[in-house]
Amino acid sequence: MDLQTFFQHLSNGISLGSLYALIAVGYTMVYGILRLINFAHGDIFMMAMYFSFFSITLFHLPWFIAIPATILATALLGMVIEATAYRPLRNAPKTSILISAIGVSFLLENLATYLFSGKPKSFPEFTYMTSTIQLGSVSVQRVSLLTPVVTLAALAILLYVINKTKLGMAMRAVSKDYETARVMGIKINRVIAATFAIGSALAAIGAIMWGIKYIRIEPMMGVMPGLKCFIAAVIGGIGNPVGAVLGGFILGMGEVMLVAFFSQITGWRDAFAFVALILVLLIRPTGIMGEKTTEKV
Amino acid sequence: MKKILAVLLCVLLSVGLFAGCGSKAASNGGTAAADDVIKIGVFEPLTGGSAAGGELEVEGIKIANQMHPEVLGKKVELIIVDNKSDKAEAATAVSRLIDQGVASIIGSWGSGYSIAAGDVIKKAEITAVGTSCTNMMVTKGNDWYFRVCFIDPFQGKIMANYAFNKLGAKTAAIVQEVSNDYSVGLASYFKDEFIRLTGDQNSIVEISNYNTGDTDFSGILTNIKAKNPDVIFAPGNFTESAQVVKQGKKLGITAPFIGGDTWETDEFIKVGGADVEGCVFSTFLFDENAPLNDEASKFIAEYKKAYPDKAIAAVTALGYDSYIFTLDAIARAGSTDPKAVQKAMAETKGFEGITGTFDITADGDADKDIAAIKEVKDGQFIFKETFTLQ
Repeated sequence: MDLQTFFQHLSNGISLGSLYALIAVGYTMVYGILRLINFAHGDIFMMAMYFSFFSITLFHLPWFIAIPATILATALLGMVIEATAYRPLRNAPKTSILISAIGVSFLLENLATYLFSGKPKSFPEFTYMTSTIQLGSVSVQRVSLLTPVVTLAALAILLYVINKTKLGMAMRAVSKDYETARVMGIKINRVIAATFAIGSALAAIGAIMWGIKYIRIEPMMGVMPGLKCFIAAVIGGIGNPVGAVLGGFILGMGEVMLVAFFSQITGWRDAFAFVALILVLLIRPTGIMGEKTTEKV
Repeated sequence: MKKILAVLLCVLLSVGLFAGCGSKAASNGGTAAADDVIKIGVFEPLTGGSAAGGELEVEGIKIANQMHPEVLGKKVELIIVDNKSDKAEAATAVSRLIDQGVASIIGSWGSGYSIAAGDVIKKAEITAVGTSCTNMMVTKGNDWYFRVCFIDPFQGKIMANYAFNKLGAKTAAIVQEVSNDYSVGLASYFKDEFIRLTGDQNSIVEISNYNTGDTDFSGILTNIKAKNPDVIFAPGNFTESAQVVKQGKKLGITAPFIGGDTWETDEFIKVGGADVEGCVFSTFLFDENAPLNDEASKFIAEYKKAYPDKAIAAVTALGYDSYIFTLDAIARAGSTDPKAVQKAMAETKGFEGITGTFDITADGDADKDIAAIKEVKDGQFIFKETFTLQ
């Protein structure tokens, strides 16, 4: 393989990895605070894409209104899901909430099929963003350059919120022990709702980037990215935002490099992600950045 | 109080259910008693990844039903079920049709769904007519499955000849959807013929695989770009194919992308946008500007009444032909007895459809030997030429 092809693969990997990272952060946030794997996260991502599709093509909003509107609507959707499907089960066993999450996932998929039809729609094209620029002999779409920047910016803001603000302090307290946090006067419902809002907003940003790059929207499209970003979060150490971003990049890069160096087995790239998951769980269950948690008795 | 409410709700719900059924039956041809109707089952992907293709065929079948609503003096009622673009669902969908006592079955867009349903059809001993499912395995070893379209060994050869003779290609790359029987089959026939034509074992420089539902093809396309082929053959589902072409163009690939009949859906152009301009593919012979016979002209007029702004896809015409073919066989059999219908279908000679005249071969296939080549131009599918093998 010549150097030029290698750099093209490298840029493809970074661009795919940063998309995975954006969505994986949402997974990890909810898990870090609630110890809940929100299996509906991929479908929230899918709904966000429909929201931006309709706000642009149906309501003809300019992009600088459509994008914040999408993020807001998705955050709201996340909060509604939390309030209706997870909050009533807060004191139930963890498995019940997990099953409820799977239920929400199916509900969103079928709702989208019913409302928007199963036929794929195409995301409105941002010609400026999708046009390519030449870096040497490597052609990169502008959106692919922007995505890693957005991902890192989102991560920085998130870390600031978690570590430096009162809300973040409350979140950390809830994640340690929410009964005690409640006794200390923290309004845990509000904190958890805020967590879902932030996680879903990140999914919305990821969805917009995804839509600009890949164009196609359909009701089942959240399933695979959802699973892969869950894997990314586990690789990085679920519960840790920096780990999720790292995991996203590793997974994206790994997938592209698999195709680059072993082109005969390109049909197996999805399998690669799942094999990676099994290996991580066997060798280092806490992931790269995860801390060892001591089980409370 | 709560109990009464619950009972009331139950009643309401069940009434709702029946109301739903009633309106459906009405829309499919009145509320005639069971003995006076002949039911024909249709299974097509109406949701999921292949929904756009299924919908096009159902349009043709419905119009055929409007124009020819009777056979053997009885009303024909269509029962349409969704196979959800899923192989497992396809088998279930066909079982549901058989449970409802259909006389024969039509479907499906997508060879994979037809193959998956084939076993159920064979066991139930009921005839089925394939619309645009071109894979060999649909009818092979199954005496109950027939079809009105050409088959992939032919289509693969057509595109290999087109690439070699018309485009002057000496090398080709293949991008195939590995989880799709249609795509893999077509790609392998293309490969064999292209190697035969060029006489060069290495003329296929790369074979790349992807899975149904994939969105990122940058890796495989970067590999292909490095090999610099003269042409890229990428048969597969229309949305994935459109993305393959789009991402290929963004990576700076200049070689033309060519494909098969599944590309001819609006979604291919919608998703692909300006990047699929100039894409060429083989499809079934049907040109709305040059109808083959009176029947075709009538169908075109009828279709334009229902969908004034839409160009007619070849698969819609095949939907029409598969319905007429079924009716013709039932009429010749003189009854809806499955064995008699099967015999009539197998003995078909010189059937004059709107997509060409054909005989049924020993395998149950239509012996069509002409394909149409279409091109995407200004956001439309343009009929380019007919193509046949020398």
